Order: sequence, then C-alpha cells, then structure tokens
Amino acid sequence: MLSRTSQKTAQTLLRGARPAARCTAGPSVATRSLATHTPDIFKPTKFGGKYTVTLIPGDGIGAEVSEAVKEIFKADNVPVEWETVNVSGVESGNMNSEELMREAITSLKRNKIGLKGILHTPIERSGHQSFNVALRQELDIYASIVLIKNIPGYLTRHKDIDLCIIRENTEGEYSGLEHQSVPGVVESLKIITRAKSERIAHFAMAFALANNRQKVTCIHKANIMKLADGLFRNTFKKVAEDYPTLDTEDMIVDNASMQCVSRPQQFDVMVMPNLYGGILSNIGAGLVGGPGVVPGCNMGRDVAVFEPGCRHVGLDIKGKDQANPSALVLSAAMMLRHLGLDDHADRIAQSIYKVIEDGKYRTRDMGGNSTTHEFTRAILNQMEKA
Amino acid sequence: MLACRSFAAPARQCLRRANGPSRWAPAPALAQVITSADEKVAKFKGTKGNDGKYTVTFIEGDGIGPEIAQSVKDIYSAANVPIKWESVDVTPRLKDGKTVIPDEAIDSVMKNYVALKGPLATPIGKGHVSLNLTLRRTFNLFANLRPCRSVEGYKTPYDNVDTVLIRENTEGEYSGIEHVVVNGVVQSIKLITREASERVLRFAFQHAQSIGRTKVRAVHKATIMKMSDGLFLSTAREVAKDYPDIEFDAELLDNTCLKMVTDPVPYNDKVLVMPNLYGDILSDMCAGLIGGLGLTPSGNIGDECSIFEAVHGSAPDIAGKQLANPTALLLSSIMMLQHMGLNQHATKIQNAIFKVLAEGKTLTGDLKGKAKTYEYADAIIKAL
Repeated sequence: MLSRTSQKTAQTLLRGARPAARCTAGPSVATRSLATHTPDIFKPTKFGGKYTVTLIPGDGIGAEVSEAVKEIFKADNVPVEWETVNVSGVESGNMNSEELMREAITSLKRNKIGLKGILHTPIERSGHQSFNVALRQELDIYASIVLIKNIPGYLTRHKDIDLCIIRENTEGEYSGLEHQSVPGVVESLKIITRAKSERIAHFAMAFALANNRQKVTCIHKANIMKLADGLFRNTFKKVAEDYPTLDTEDMIVDNASMQCVSRPQQFDVMVMPNLYGGILSNIGAGLVGGPGVVPGCNMGRDVAVFEPGCRHVGLDIKGKDQANPSALVLSAAMMLRHLGLDDHADRIAQSIYKVIEDGKYRTRDMGGNSTTHEFTRAILNQMEKA
Repeated sequence: MLACRSFAAPARQCLRRANGPSRWAPAPALAQVITSADEKVAKFKGTKGNDGKYTVTFIEGDGIGPEIAQSVKDIYSAANVPIKWESVDVTPRLKDGKTVIPDEAIDSVMKNYVALKGPLATPIGKGHVSLNLTLRRTFNLFANLRPCRSVEGYKTPYDNVDTVLIRENTEGEYSGIEHVVVNGVVQSIKLITREASERVLRFAFQHAQSIGRTKVRAVHKATIMKMSDGLFLSTAREVAKDYPDIEFDAELLDNTCLKMVTDPVPYNDKVLVMPNLYGDILSDMCAGLIGGLGLTPSGNIGDECSIFEAVHGSAPDIAGKQLANPTALLLSSIMMLQHMGLNQHATKIQNAIFKVLAEGKTLTGDLKGKAKTYEYADAIIKAL
C-alpha cells in the first residue's frame, strides 16, 4: 500500500530536484543556492555492514512504540545499529535536556538519518521553544511528507483516499518570532521567503514525478495574506512552469479543509506553508484512522528524519500498553527504503497491513483491544509466515 | 498634534498601572472594555417602531441574492414575524481612492442595529478590499458565530453534527499588517490583543449560556506561538473565572482538527472559541461535515450592530432561474431572530425548515431535488 507508493521516494527525490530552475528572480546569490544547488545524493555509510541510525524515542508513547520497532527490526535482521538519544520535552527537573538536545543534533548530523517519536512541548514554561521545531530548524529538514491513505480492511467514513501532504517545515508561523509591544498586545511574525517557498515547491513537484502522481495542489490564504501567502502561491506557480507534465492548481486553505472532509478523493499531492500543514495533516489523519497509522518523514539536503506523520505525543496513554505502533513502524519502513533496503521495508510494511486487514489484532484506537505488545507479536508472527 | 497627545497620556498611565494591584487593568487607550461578568456583550439595542415592528436592514446581495431574499420575505410575512425590511444597496464606491460602502447603507445599519445579508460578489481588480472585510471593519464586528447542524434528509458521512464555533474577527492572522522586508522575504504579523480576546471570549461564554451549553473550549496553538496564542489562552482562563457555571477547557488546534474529523459528536455540548485563522478554517471544515456552505448560517456580532449572512457565493451562473437554495440565508435570519430575542418565531420557522428538509419532497437542485426556490419556500410556509 504505502509501501508501493513511497517506494524509492527518498533517493530519487533529491536527485529529482531540478539543477537549473528558472525562477531565480532577485539578485540574491544565497537565494539561488538554496533551491537550485544540486544536492549530494546522501547515503549514510555502512560500518561493519550496518547503518547507524539515530533513534529518538520521544515522549508519551514514544518509548513503547520504538521498542516495537526495535523488536521488529531485530526479528528481520535489518542491518541497522541504533544510536539512542533520550531527549525529552517534559519538565522533569532534569537540567541536561538542552545538552541531550545538542547530542541528538550532533548524532543526526553524523548519521544523516534518524527515527524519531514526538517530543512534548509544555505550554506554560516561557522561553522553551518546541524541541521538535528546533530540531527541524537546526538540521534544516525543510520538507515534511505525510502520506494519507486508506488501509485495506479498516473502514473509515471515506473511501479511496490517497493523498500526500508536503509541508514547509522551517519558517512561516513557526518562526518563533514574537514580542509584546505593550502589555496585552502581542505580535507574532509569520515569515515567508521566496527561497524556501521555491525549494518546497520544487520538492513537491519532484516528489510527484518520482511517485507517478498527477496533480499538485498549492494550499494558501493569499486572498487575505496578500503578500506572504501571495509570495508562496506565486512562487509555486512559477516553479510549476518547469514541470509541464504535472497538473497544478491552487486552493484556499479553508476551502481545502472543507473539501478534505467532504470529497478528499480529489486531492493528490498538496504543498503548503507550515501551519496549514499541521492543520491538514491532522484532518487527513482523522479521515483514515488517526495518528496511530499515518507515517511521515522530514527531508533536508543532508539529513532525513522519519517520524509519525501526525505529530501527537500521546501523553494520556503513556505506559498503558495501548499505543498503536503502526505509524512509527511504517515510518521506519519508509526509512529502510531511503536506505535502499527495500526487501526489509516491503516485508515489514506488508506484515502490518496484513495484520490490520485480518482484524484479529488491533489496538484500541482502531477499535480492537490488543495491547501494543500483542499487536507487535502479531506482526512478528506474520513476518515469519511471509 | 492631536495624535501625539492622545498617545502620550495612555503610555504614562500604562507605566503607572504596571505595578498596580489589579493585573487585569487594560490599557486605557483601548476603548470600552467590558470588565463585569453581568454586562452582556453585543446586546441588541433595537426597539420596535410605532407599528409594533422592528426594522431590519436587508442587503439582498448579488446573483441569486434577490431570489433567496424573496423567499425569506415571503416566509416571514406568512409567519407574522414583527419585522419590517429596509432594503439597501452596498455596491462599493471609490471615494478618495478608497473602497467604501454607500453612506445610506451605513446609516441604515447604524439606525436599525441589525442587518441580514445575502451573498456579495467581490469586485475583482486592484484596490478593492473584500466587501465582507469592509463591512466587518466599518461596523467593528468582532465575533463570527458559525453553528453547524446536520440536516436530516441530506446524507453525509457524518451524522448528528451540532457544533458551534465562535471566531475572533478583527485581528489575529488577518490583521492585514504585512510588509516585504527585502525582495523575497515577507513578514506577516499576527496581532493578538487582550482587549479583543477578552471581548470575543466573553461573548463565547454568554452565548453558551444563552443557548444552554455548559462547556466552552478555547482552541489554540500555544505550544508554538507561546506569546500570542498564550495571551489568548491566559485571557480565556481569566474570563472563565467570571462564569463558574460554564466548564472551561482548552485544546490544541491539532487535536481539535483530528478529533472533529474522526468523530464530531463529542463537540455537540460545547462552544468552541478561537482566534481568526483557526476559526476560519475550522468553521468551513464543519460546514464540510454537514454538506457545504449552502446549509450553514453565520452571524457577525458587534457591539453596535450585528450582520447575519449567508456565507456561500453569489452563484451568477444560476441567478434568476429559481434554482438557488435559500436555506443558509433562512437559517442566518433565524439566528438574527434569536439575537433580537424573538425566540418563538425563530423556533417556529426553524422547525418548519427542518421538517421540509427531512421530508425531502421539495428540495432544491443542490440537495438533489427538483423544486424551484419558490416551491421550497411555499413548502416551508405550509409547514408553518
């Protein structure tokens, strides 16, 4: 299912980004290099026949579901060595969280590939930036890919959904620039740049080509934010001229979310700024079965971090053995494809889909009553059969 | 000169107040902040005329506007609603290079305190601000009220939806403050003020009381926008203390999106309140849950006056053919009646509408029926 569509995604994607883009308006050299530089085809090196992958289990259900991934990888003899960093966003009195954060970034820069759960962001503590956002900005993993697809055998309200959300990950509303002009008046800056808009638009087009998709929809609110979202939309339109084989269209974000819940089948690849991506990936996840089954990844020029597509921490069910590990395991399967280990990826992904389709073992979020362990066990059994 | 002076004084007072005992004191420059819980926000101020009727401004709108307006008028006269319509034209004019709506229209709304509005076609071309935005700014309509209720007889993947969303309407992401920093870099400012947040939050709590809901939930993204959404959230917590009979909680935007799409029913006992952009997106999403904008009413609430409107487009392609569905405008007019305190009439007409829709015999084309606009209106009149 997902296994087929996302095949070869990662490797071909970056190669697919055009070396000579046309829309290099503006004299800035720096602008050009961001989007038009041919990136290295990064392939992390093997040591002793194994790839080293940074594993950040994350908060909430992270520890449980990453345990499931480890077990499954071990059973399948996947040549991956984990380098675990236990960063946490939860206030624990442990003062070295910043230090761990730096360690995680160093590890990811070295290994160039990582698997990550979601880190909690406390609301109350001021001055604490979200670790998730900080990590993305620091590593410049600018493109978030979320795959929304119906799982065979698991019925939801809508059928035949197959869409992909590509989200700019490093600027927009998540710039983190805020200030209080006078007490009771706060300004929050949304930053949109041509360079980054161009980069994400190219990425979306290349992704669509690499995965045999027909249509790319740009989501924006340019009727209100005429300059910011206008820049995003116009950049997209210019980039689209370089890809004549793809259908391109644009849609206003409120209409898009309405269409998503009434006729989601019309969408194929969608590309959008940061905040809208957060909203639509959650709407999308709701359409196909929740955050427990939606895989995703974050791509940069050098580093790729795979994490569940719909970013929920799940603090409420932490430690209860109820979590659905599918999202992280499927993200891990995407990672294996990125490494070129397609055999392992296929075996793992197909086993999960088979278990879900059989319907005997399902976790609570999918209406079953299996524990995380039982569900993982069922996947392992299925893999032995295959 | 004047401007300088008026700024100077508040600034000084701000500083003086900063250490004062009440952390709740708003900046004095911000006019008219409601601080008591009893004082009703956006209370209807209109009075009956000599003939025992309220006068309501009717902006019929473009395209299908006149047809659906006629349906509303027919149904209202059949139901003996004590309302006299005053039709006005709001076709924008250019005055000193700015888009403005005619003074007669403004005077009419100001005098009657309430208006009903059909769809308007925003003129395309440079220099035209959206008419809706112009109206919102002209009358300072700070809250947008968007209830969505499943229509029996029109099947969608979601049943029993009954959500109420309230959206801050004047600031936030739609502040309109944007600039190009250097070529290729744009800053857009999201503005959140305590004054506007408090006003819309109070309205949310009072609206919950008036429609008999016991829970108010603020939707925010304060994990990322710690200061702006954080201010909205902390204001909500403060305001909630004034309404002990209403249960207050907050939810992250991501969770709201996810849960509403998965199952909207748990939201049926709540009133959701949120900043501008989130409200815009979520209210349209809720409309999607029940079958589109043709079935959802909307109210723009302000301190002075309120405008109730159909949010769908003006559909020039079917204008004049009696194919349009007046339901959205009708339901908006019912919200207007409730706002004016004419609850009996509101309930009577509303029941008739839902009865006709549930029967499914006389539906308009968009609901896969064959009836003309006036046939649908006649059916409702019979059901009265």
